[in-house]
This record gives sequence, C-alpha cells and structure tokens, in this order.
Amino acid sequence: MNRELKRISILIFVMFLSLFVATTGIQVIGADSYTADQRNVRSIYDGYKTQRGAILVDSKAIAISKRSDDVYRFQRTYISQMYSAVTGFYSTNQGATGIESAMNSFLSGKNSSQFFEQISAMLSGSPVQGASVELTIDPKVQKAAWDALGDLKGAVVALDPTNGNILAYVSKPSFDANSLSVHSGTESKSNYQDLLNNKNGPLLDRASTELYAPGSVFKIIVASAAIESGKYTPESLIPNPIKFKLPGTNTFVQNSGEGKCGGKATVSIADALRFSCNVPFAQLGIELGQDRIRAQAELFGFGKKVQFPMTASASKYPTGMDAAQTGLSAFGQFDVRVTAMQMAMVSAAVANKGVLMKPNLIENVQSSNLTILNQPAASVFSQPMSAATAAKVNAMMVGAVARGVSSNGQIKGVEVAGKTGTAQNGDGEPYTLWFTGFAPANNPRVAVAVVVADGGGMGQSGRGNSLAAPIAQKVMRAVLQK
Amino acid sequence: MTNLFGTTAPNAANLPRIMRVVPRSRNLEGALLLLAVGLNAFQLAQIQLSTIEVLTPEFFLYWLPLSFLALVLHAILRLRASEADPLILPIAVVLNGLGLSMIYRLDLATIANGGSELFGFKQVIWTSLAMAAAAAIVIYVPSHLFLRRYVYLSMLIGAVLLLSPMLPVIGKTINGARLWLSIGGLTFQPGELAKIALTIFFAGYLVNRRESLAVVGRKILGIRIPRARELGPIVMIWAASLLVLILQRDLGTSLLYFGIFIVLIYVATGRSIYVIVGMGMFLTGALVASRLMDYVSGRIDSWLNPFSQQNYDAVGGSYQLAQGIFGMAHGGIQGTGLGGGIPQLVPLAESDFIFASLAEELGLVGVFAILTLYLLLVARGIRIGFSHPDDFSKLLATGLAFSIALQCFIVIGGVTRVVPLTGLTTPLLAAGGSSLIANWIIIGLLLRISDSARLGSSTGENSRGGAA
Repeated sequence: MNRELKRISILIFVMFLSLFVATTGIQVIGADSYTADQRNVRSIYDGYKTQRGAILVDSKAIAISKRSDDVYRFQRTYISQMYSAVTGFYSTNQGATGIESAMNSFLSGKNSSQFFEQISAMLSGSPVQGASVELTIDPKVQKAAWDALGDLKGAVVALDPTNGNILAYVSKPSFDANSLSVHSGTESKSNYQDLLNNKNGPLLDRASTELYAPGSVFKIIVASAAIESGKYTPESLIPNPIKFKLPGTNTFVQNSGEGKCGGKATVSIADALRFSCNVPFAQLGIELGQDRIRAQAELFGFGKKVQFPMTASASKYPTGMDAAQTGLSAFGQFDVRVTAMQMAMVSAAVANKGVLMKPNLIENVQSSNLTILNQPAASVFSQPMSAATAAKVNAMMVGAVARGVSSNGQIKGVEVAGKTGTAQNGDGEPYTLWFTGFAPANNPRVAVAVVVADGGGMGQSGRGNSLAAPIAQKVMRAVLQK
Repeated sequence: MTNLFGTTAPNAANLPRIMRVVPRSRNLEGALLLLAVGLNAFQLAQIQLSTIEVLTPEFFLYWLPLSFLALVLHAILRLRASEADPLILPIAVVLNGLGLSMIYRLDLATIANGGSELFGFKQVIWTSLAMAAAAAIVIYVPSHLFLRRYVYLSMLIGAVLLLSPMLPVIGKTINGARLWLSIGGLTFQPGELAKIALTIFFAGYLVNRRESLAVVGRKILGIRIPRARELGPIVMIWAASLLVLILQRDLGTSLLYFGIFIVLIYVATGRSIYVIVGMGMFLTGALVASRLMDYVSGRIDSWLNPFSQQNYDAVGGSYQLAQGIFGMAHGGIQGTGLGGGIPQLVPLAESDFIFASLAEELGLVGVFAILTLYLLLVARGIRIGFSHPDDFSKLLATGLAFSIALQCFIVIGGVTRVVPLTGLTTPLLAAGGSSLIANWIIIGLLLRISDSARLGSSTGENSRGGAA
C-alpha cells in the first residue's frame, strides 16, 4: 500500500502546485491587467490614498489631482472640455474612462514598473505617488480641431503618419469631466445621469468608439485593393453607364448629382475616385469580390480593436454578402461601419508609403521623481500595401483634392491628398459627412479624419466637401504652420 | 540469553507499562498552539486597529473561545492520546483562527456599510461546537479499530445524509445547488458529514474486499481488466456521484466523493486500472451532463471566459469569479494588510470566496503560507497512512487526508480558475457550521488514528515512519 501512497502524495503535491502556480499567475503575473480592468473598482477606492499622477500635454497638466480637505484627500481637476474625449473622467462613483482608465495602473502608482517606489513607500509608510502621463497631443492642433468642429456633432483624429503619434483627438459635443469627478456621490450621479440622458450623447467617444457608415471615403480602400491586386492601374477603365442595376435586384446605383461622372461610356479608376463615382466603384467592387476587399480592409485594421492605449471599436466590413450588397459596400454603404480613428489610419498608411504605424497617444510616463517609466516606441501595425501601390493611391487622392470633388481640402502652396464621403443612413435620415487625407502629399506630416454626424444639422443637404473638408483643412494647416 | 544466575534477562517488550510518559511531541504541540493563538490575537488586534481604529472588548469574544478550546483539546490529548501527531491540532487552530478573523473583519465592513447580515458570532459558536465534537471523538472513540465495526452503518448514514437534501419540506436549494437542510431557520449541509461517513465505509469495505478486487481477469490490449463483478461497486459509486450531480446540481460534491473512492480503491488494490476506468467514467458522465444541463455548461463557460461582458453580466454568471480575481490581483505579492483591502466587494466573501478575501489582504505571501499549512496538514494525514500498521486505519487516514486535499483543490482551484467554480467550502476557513463540524471531526479522527500509529511503530516497526 505504501507504494500507492507515495504516488498519491505526488498527486496531492501536483494538485497543490497547480494552486501555487494559479495564485502566482493572478497576483503577480496578471495583476496589472486585472487592475486595469475598468470593472475593477478597487483601484478607484485605492486611488483616494495616493496622489494620482497628472495627464500632461506639451508638459502642461490637463488633468491634475489637487489636495482637498475631505476624506478623499485629493480632487481630480480638468482644465478644459477640449480634452475630455482624451482624458475621459475619473469619478468616485462612476468609474473611469479614457486615459484615466487605460493608464490607471500608472496614474495610481500601482504599475509593477513602480515596484521599488512601492517598496520604499511601504517601508516609509507614506503612499506611492502616481506617475504622470505625457500625451502625444499637440495643443495647437487640438485647439484647431476643437475650434474648427465648432458646434457640429462629430470627431477629428489627426495622426503623424511616420510614427503613429496622435496629434489631435476631439469628439463633440463634449462634457465637463469636473462635473463627474466631484466627490459628492449624489451630485456626480445626477450629473452623470444628465449626460447619459442628453440626446446629443456628450459621453460618446465619436473619435474611436462610435461606428459610422463611411460612404465614399471607403473607396480609398477599394482602390487600394484593386491596384494591390495587380489587375488594375489608376488608368484602368471601368464601364460607366448612367445607371447600374445591382445584380439580382431591381435597385439602381447612380452617381451623385454633380454630373462630372457621366458623359462617357467608361471612366478610369483615378477619375472615378477624383469625382467619387459610385457606378464604376460598385462594378469594381463586384469584380474584385468581397473577400479581396475584406482582406485589404483588415490589413488597414478592420475587425481589430486597436489599443492606443484606449480601445477603439473594431470597424466592420460585412461577411456573406451577395453581389448586390458587395456592390453597395464598395462605396461604403450597406453594413460597412468605421470609426474616425480607422479612417485616419487608412490615410496614414497611404501617406507613409504603405506602412501603417500603430496609433499611439502616450509620449512617456514619468514617476514623481522624474524617472521615465515607459516610453512607447513607434511600431509598425501592418503593411496594407506596397510602396508602389501607396504612391499611386496617393496621387489619386491628390487629384481628388486638387481637381476633384474633395476640393475644400486644398491648402495654398501645399499639395494635399484626400477624399470626402457623404454616407446615407436610410430613408429620411441625415447623412454622415467625411473627409480623410494627409499633407503634404510628397512628405506627409499629418493624416487626418473628420466625421460629422447627423448631417451637420443640415439633414440630407450637407456634403463631406462642404462641411467636413474645411475642418480637416484647418487641422492640417495647424500642423504645417509649426 | 542467560546470565550468571541462570535466569532469563527481562525483555523490555514484556515489561508491563507502569506509566505512560508523555512524549516530547505534546510539548511541541503546546508550544505551537501558543504561537497559533498568539497569531490569532495579532490578527484580531490588527483588524480592529485598521478598521475601527480602537481595541474593543469584542476582541476577546473572537479570541478566547478558540484559544481556550485549543488548550482544552491539548490537555485531552495529553491524557487520552499522548502519542498523537503534534502538528495537526496547531495547523487546524491557525486555519480556523484565520477564517474567524477574516469573517469578523468582513462583519466590521458590513456594519460600516449599514448592513445587518453578520457571520462572525455564529462562526464562534460553530467553532466551539466543532472543537467540542473533535474532543468527543478523541475521548469516546477508544481506538482506531472501533469504527471498523460500523462500516455498513456508516454507509447507511452516509447515504441518508447525502440524499436528505432531496427530501421535501426540509431540503433547500441555495445558489442553485440542492445541498442543504433547513430546520427551524437553521441551515445545514449534510453532505459535509456524509463525506466522513462514506470515507469510513470506503475504508472498511475496501479492506474486506481488497484481495478479490486486486485479482484481475483477462489481459486486453496489454491491460489487465478487472472481472466484471468487481466493477459493480465502482459503477454503484459512480452512479451515486452522477445522481448527486444531476439531482443536487453540484459538480464539486460529486467529484469529491468519487475522487476519495477512486484514490482509496487504488491504494487498497494497487491497480491503476481502477483509476483509469474511474476517471474515464466520471469524465464521460460529467461531459454528458454538461451537454444536457445548462448550469454545468454555464459554469464551464464562466470558467473559460470569466471576463467576457456577456458572462460577467449574466445572472449566475462570472461576476463573482471576476471580482474575486480582481481582489486577489489587488492584493498582489504583499497584500493590503488585514483591514486594508476591500474583500467585501465579492459576493460570499466570507464563505465560498474566503480564499480570495484572504489573498487580497495577505497577498501572495499569505496565500503561500495558507496553502503550505493545508499541504502540511494533508501530509501529516498521509504520513499516518504510511506508518500505521493496521490496513483499515491506513485507508481511513488516507481517505480523510485526501478529502481535505481534494476539497482544497476543488474550491481554491475554482476561485483561481484551475477548475470550474463549484459550491464547496474551504476546509476550516470558510463561514458555515456544517463544514466546520465535519472538518473538526476529521481532525479528531486523524488525531485518534495517529495516536495508535505511533504506538504501533514503537512496538517494533519504528523504521517505517517519517517518509511523508
């Protein structure tokens, strides 16, 4: 029996070993990611004990914890609604969002990179100070985007295409994060309810979590897929009838009402993009097939929740479409849905010779004694296309701004590449208006996406070129003027 | 051997024992007990100071009963079982005291939040009753052979206890599992006691049948297959386990009984084929059950994806599991210190999730200490199995020790996502009367058996102990 008992002892030892390993996995290895989970309110309770680190833009604090006389000891304060979409809020009752949530382990001094500080804090009995987070946001560009968007509902995302740094990140209408960081539970709760009930959705992040129909800005992706396939060049001619009957249906696709697409029996892909013609793109899409378009879209980031380090919603290109639906998807209709961040990434990839850099909002993280704890390096997200394809798409987008229907993106003395979009959302619903592009076209320093929701208040009469393009133009100009 | 006078030299073994000298192990136990109750005092004081910032006489309410009864048990052992294992009692006292401290600490948080559902005082009462039960075992079970006379009675008692929650009126379903009896407002989990009765039955039955079970029949594919009629009892226990799974809706309890049985049949017969067949049967049964029964597949899904929003939000989903893990992660390596964390955020922090509560406040360091204490307790039990000359006692000690090990594995493994979460209690730590009484009875039995294990070894087999 004792031989068997020895084996049972080994079994028991293995059982306990698995418990030792599992607890280590939770309490040491996975601890940071569990602490960062926004459903984990413990870090918020803990936050009261430490002075939370500041969030900085260009070395100036946009969110800071100041001493207060109540039990919470520190009051989180925000300087401007302009940054609310970036910082999010940090509330004693309503949790945290934005950078406050995504970088919480650093801001609250809980990150394992602050281990030695934590040890010395434990020995001295004084709490750890939170680390401060410096953002890549350029305050001038952010201000330009904020002002340019005015009272419109929508978002602006501006990226540096060479490294993925986020230069501007605006969502409107915004909210006052101070109204949620107040310590009075009833006050912050009722303020939160008011914001939730507000029909303009001030708490929505229209820059990276809200999904919109892209309309014609999606044509950049279809054109890229076509040229990348090797079967097409910008000069390839596509049939261009007045009306195109979608296969298997009685639905007709027409070009938009500006008349520049008609006239001839065929049109080149470059001209179709320049004048944003739906008829040739519907046919091109069906010819390419949904799988090729989807593969191209996924290389740009569709279907992925990009972390920058806030988490963007995954943009969607539908599956299992029939030919008619594929035709509609090729000019960004049917069930195609994108975030503004996603469209900025598309332009950034074209701008950066086909290499898409991972979007990033964090310049660095500094401990209270000014040691750099974390400094994300620029990293490649994917390569959606070859440099040669990128050059061709780049030239086509230049044409769209310089000599096409995206003309309001023009900047005097600078070559701008871009594309507008005016997406339909169903009968009687207001359009979604877009512009995405980059400048200067030959040496890009900024890629931008602007989305204007609810037709910019003009129902179905607003256009991407009339409302979204001028905003993007001002944002690009702010970058170039530096 | 004759001497000058032609008489036989007195043989030491033939000399009558005039008095039993209390061995040094009792003094070791006494010293460890002082450490254990001192540790408990330290915990309680720390909890009061860190939460209500003042020491109150309530301290004694939680400290004295456990400490006093620990010393009483120690005294009883000196008189009635002086050769008993010296580590078992101190470990049990440390674990029970730690659980009591945490339950009291959670009560203070409940009071601070204006709640009224308290568990601490009840736990003190149950601890006292449970330790009295352990004392009764040491006093009234005269020898390790005594229980062998009641093997089939044990089976009957075990079966009745096990199935009693199925009775109308007094049977009760809590959190989806039908494991409870409710009589006059008091709830009791008879399965905890059934575990002991069935272990006694398994040990007795297997000692009687081990020869015939060990004889194996034909060889098929190089594996010796037991004769069909010897598989009968396994099939019966398997069916009973599945019945528990289906009727009482608890995977953990079912796995516990079956696991104890399989381990004992393996130890008794030395045939690994029983383990293979048994595991296969249980896994098949559980797999079929998971397909047929929503709650099993729901548990498994929550286990695999506790952080998916869908499972997190579902009624009876992974909210509790996820919050427990958040708490443990919050504790990190060194823990928040007793009273410094927020373990009360987890539902059932004082019972099913007391391990997570302790992990949050004592950190990985404390968790390793707790797991080591359990491992040591189990090792002492297995060691009794190693050294005991009597086969029944060997099996009983092994079964009882393994039941603690397996229960720890199932419940702590459930909290830490090693296995799916089930409704067992953490031995000696968790709030709950039935569990405390059952586990202290196990402690009493181990002490009783270990006493005779040492007697056995001192009469000639002293080279065999000490391997565990």
